[in-house]
Formats: sequence, structure tokens, C-alpha cells
Amino acid sequence: MRTLRDTLLVFQRSMGQTLRNPVWVVVGLMQPIYYLFLFGPVLKPVAQLQGFGGSAYNVFVPALLVQMALFGCVFVGFGLIAELRYGVIERMRVTPMSRLAMLLGRAGRDIAVLCFQSTMLVVMSIPFGLHITLGSVLIIFALLVLIGLGMACLSYGLALLLRSEDALAPLLNAVFLPIMLLSGMLLPLSLAPGWLRAIGHANPFYYAVEAAREAFKSPVAGGTVVAGIAVAAALAAVTITWAARSFGRSVA
Amino acid sequence: MIETSGLRRSFTTRRGVVEAVAGIDLRVDAGEIVGFLGPNGAGKTTTLRMLTTLLEPSGGEATVAGCDLLTEPRRVRERIGYVAQGGATDPTVTGRRELILQARLYGMDRATAEARAAEVLAALDLEACADRRGGTYSGGQRRRLDLGLGLVHKPQLLFLDEPTTGLDPQSRAHLWDEIRGLREQGTTVFITTHYLDEADALCDRLAIIDHGRIVAEGTAEELKRDVAGDVVTVGVGHDTAEAMRLLQHQPFVREASVDDDGTLRLYVERGEVAMPQILRLLDGGGLTLQTISLARPSLDDVFLRQTGRSLRDEAA
Repeated sequence: MRTLRDTLLVFQRSMGQTLRNPVWVVVGLMQPIYYLFLFGPVLKPVAQLQGFGGSAYNVFVPALLVQMALFGCVFVGFGLIAELRYGVIERMRVTPMSRLAMLLGRAGRDIAVLCFQSTMLVVMSIPFGLHITLGSVLIIFALLVLIGLGMACLSYGLALLLRSEDALAPLLNAVFLPIMLLSGMLLPLSLAPGWLRAIGHANPFYYAVEAAREAFKSPVAGGTVVAGIAVAAALAAVTITWAARSFGRSVA
Repeated sequence: MIETSGLRRSFTTRRGVVEAVAGIDLRVDAGEIVGFLGPNGAGKTTTLRMLTTLLEPSGGEATVAGCDLLTEPRRVRERIGYVAQGGATDPTVTGRRELILQARLYGMDRATAEARAAEVLAALDLEACADRRGGTYSGGQRRRLDLGLGLVHKPQLLFLDEPTTGLDPQSRAHLWDEIRGLREQGTTVFITTHYLDEADALCDRLAIIDHGRIVAEGTAEELKRDVAGDVVTVGVGHDTAEAMRLLQHQPFVREASVDDDGTLRLYVERGEVAMPQILRLLDGGGLTLQTISLARPSLDDVFLRQTGRSLRDEAA
């Protein structure tokens, strides 16, 4: 009960901060929109290639959504570093509030923002030729929430560990560009040579992207979707546990 | 209210293990204002962070506000308030919002929290800026808001870490009044500072920490008396040597020395008792007294004696 109540309090505070300065919500949405308008048309002829696996937008938009979940949530740690510097986190840690709530309240805000951005992107993609069903939307949002949760918690955990923007920024850039390329987000990995595909299979986001794409096919292959959701859920569980412990631990 | 025994904390750094707090025995009674003095790096903040559950001790025991620090940190948190050195407010959030959130984190429902926030804002003279963002506050306003956040839940025990650092004299005086007001309400206050005038003006009792250990403890008066009693400076023109001969072996003089300008400096137990005797002796010896002055040792003298360092240099 206490955790739920505290989570809500932190969520309200974080949401208030985001809404008072919503520029980052818009910035986070602009990037996928650029891809949609400026890169999507390039894909149309490529979609004819063998191995692409479907119509251009039904292959591309799910990957854009996953990318947005990844990049939208992985940088949230910067906001936490600012709060650490203001002393807000320390102030909260002296109260008897739930440590898990400090994490989940903030991650909840990130998920809410992500859901808003994703809805906007899906709606904007329909005129381009994205075909959706209720089932595909439900699956993709389940996936996005799990990925967002996992990445936000990873980012918060790293922020608590590094405590400096100067350390966090290069680390995130160094890690996430290869992860993005190896997930087959821009073009399906089925187009890649064997060795690259093999490395890609070790990347959890590969399964998330595959599951996201599968959700927009018909008929949907259940196995791929379940695998993607399972990988994303496992990743989220690990990062939540780790970051919640970091919030609880006494950090100097 | 606070009782510690052998409380310590060490940090592992690249150069090995550093003992930041090397075993502290401390007792603070309910209703006291206790000052914790020490140079930078002496272990003040580390001790405070342990007592407020922010940092796990490496060893020792402590009872804070009636609860065991190590086994019941959550109950300790419910009973204490903490105002950190660097402040604790988000510049994009209004003071009122911060206070309401803080009150709710201590378990108050919305209506109670709003009422309590209004009460704190009024008590700390923050009503005019209550609904402005924290970033627009003056240094004194921000510090008062920090204080308000520490006491919004009416804690039995309040920890203040360097509460007036960086404030102008008027804001300091204002904050001191607030802190004294807390004692009248029965709140125990534990305050770290490196301003001696602050310790002198506010605290019932002082503890001086250096190199992670408490090196002296007592009321400001006791500590000052321990140093060397009072200092009487006597000017007798060219008869310094004669005056020295007359005075230096008197039982009430602990120590005597001659300053560069030829004045005599006498360390005595109690200056007000020694002065008439000095006058009489000099008169009897036929010497003409030109100047005489009495100085009480300052806390800085105490500090210098206990730590070998002057706090003035630290604060500068």
C-alpha cells in the first residue's frame, strides 16, 4: 500500500515537472517523425527485396516504435542526476517513503510519456500505409511498456552509479548505437550477412524488434511475439531490481 | 535523543581505506541544541549522514530518537528531520508544492499536508513567495524553505548541516531565531557548523570533532575555560621586566609572556578576580599602569588548542 501511494506521489511530481516543460516530449517524438517522413520513403523500393518480410511501413514503424522506447527512456537518467544535484533524492531518502516508489514513480512518468509518443506515431503512420489491428496495437504497447521500463530503470541505475552527466552521456552513446544497429531496427537483420546476424541474435533488442514486427503481420506467429515479450520482461525485471536497490542503498 | 558508541565509518579509495569517522561516542539529550564543530574533512557530515540513515556505519552502535539506527532505520526516519548542507529543493517547483509533497511522503493525507504546508510557510515568512518556483528564491528564502522541508512533519529531532553557510548576516540572524524557536517547542536540534559565532549564539552544548574523533565536549563556557582561562594584557611602559618579576610567580597567574610591543600577557583562571590583584601588586611595586584589558578566550582559541588549526582559516 505504502509503495503504491508513494509511487503515485512521485509520479505526480515527475509528471508535473514534465508537463511544465514538455519540450523533451516533443523532441523525443520529432526523431521518429523525421525517420517516418525522410527515411520511410527510401524503404518503399527496398521492401520489394527478398527477406524484408512485408510492406514497408508495417516493417519499419514497429522498429521505429521500439527505437523510440529505447532512446526515449535511456536518457531519463539525466533528469535524475539533476535531482541528485539539487539534493531532492537525498531529501526523499531521509523520509520513510518506499525506496521502490522513488524508482517506479519516475519510471511511470517515462512510460506515460512513451505511450503518448507511441500513440502519436502510430496515428501519423496510418496515412503512410500502416495497417493495424487491435491485437497488433495491444501487443506492441505491451512490448513498448516493458522495453521502456527496462531502459528507464537501467538509466536511473546508471545515473545513481555515475552521478555525472559527463560520465553517463558517453557510456550511453557507446553502448546504444551498436545495440540499435544490431537489433535490425533500420533494416531487418535477415538482410545481413551470416556473421552479423549471429551477433544480432545475442542482442535482446533483436527479439523485441522481431516481436514488434510480427505483431503487425497477419497471421501473427505467436512464438516470436512471446519470445520478444519474455526477453523484454526479463530485461525489465533485472533492471528494476538493480535500480531499486541502488535507490535503497546508502550512497555517499 | 541521540546516543552513539564507537560509531565509525571508513571509505575505500584508490589509495586504501580512509577512516572518515573513527569511533564516536556522543550523547544528546531531548530539548538540547547541540553544535558539532570541526574543520572541513573532520567527519562532521559523515557522522550526520550516518545518524540520518543516509550512510551505513562500518561499525559501532547508535540509538536515534529512541530507535536503533542499524535495525530500525525506517522508524528513525519517521522521527527525524534533516536539512542538508547543499539544500534540497528543485528550482522548477514552487515552495508550497515541495512542502505538500514532503508532508505527504511522511504519511499525511492531502488536506492535512496542505494545511501543514500553509502553517510552515507562514511560520517561516515564506507566504509571499510560496507559489513561485524555487529558482526565483533569494538565498535566505531558499534556506528557510529547506528548513521548512526538514520540519514539516514536526520531528522530535532535527539535523541541520551547516545551515547558514553563504547567507547574509540578516538572513543568518533570521534563521537563528527560527532555530531557537524550535527549542522552545521542544525539538532537539543537532547542528554542524564551522562558524564559531553561530555555535556560541545557538548551542547549549558543543562537540568538537577532528580526524574522525571527538576531541572536546561541553558547554561553550566550559570549553573556553579549559583552554587557558582568561587573558589579561597589561601595559607598563618601559618597566616590563620589573612587572614581569612582580607578577609571574603569583598563584593566580598560569602563564605569562611578553608581546612584541612590550605589553605583558597574563593567562589567568578568572580575569575579573585577577585584575584587582594585578592593580594592587603593580601599585605596591611603584609601577605606573598605562593600560590594562581583559579578553575572554574565543571558541577559536578552543578550536586552535584542540585541533591545532584555526577555524577562521577554514571558513575563509
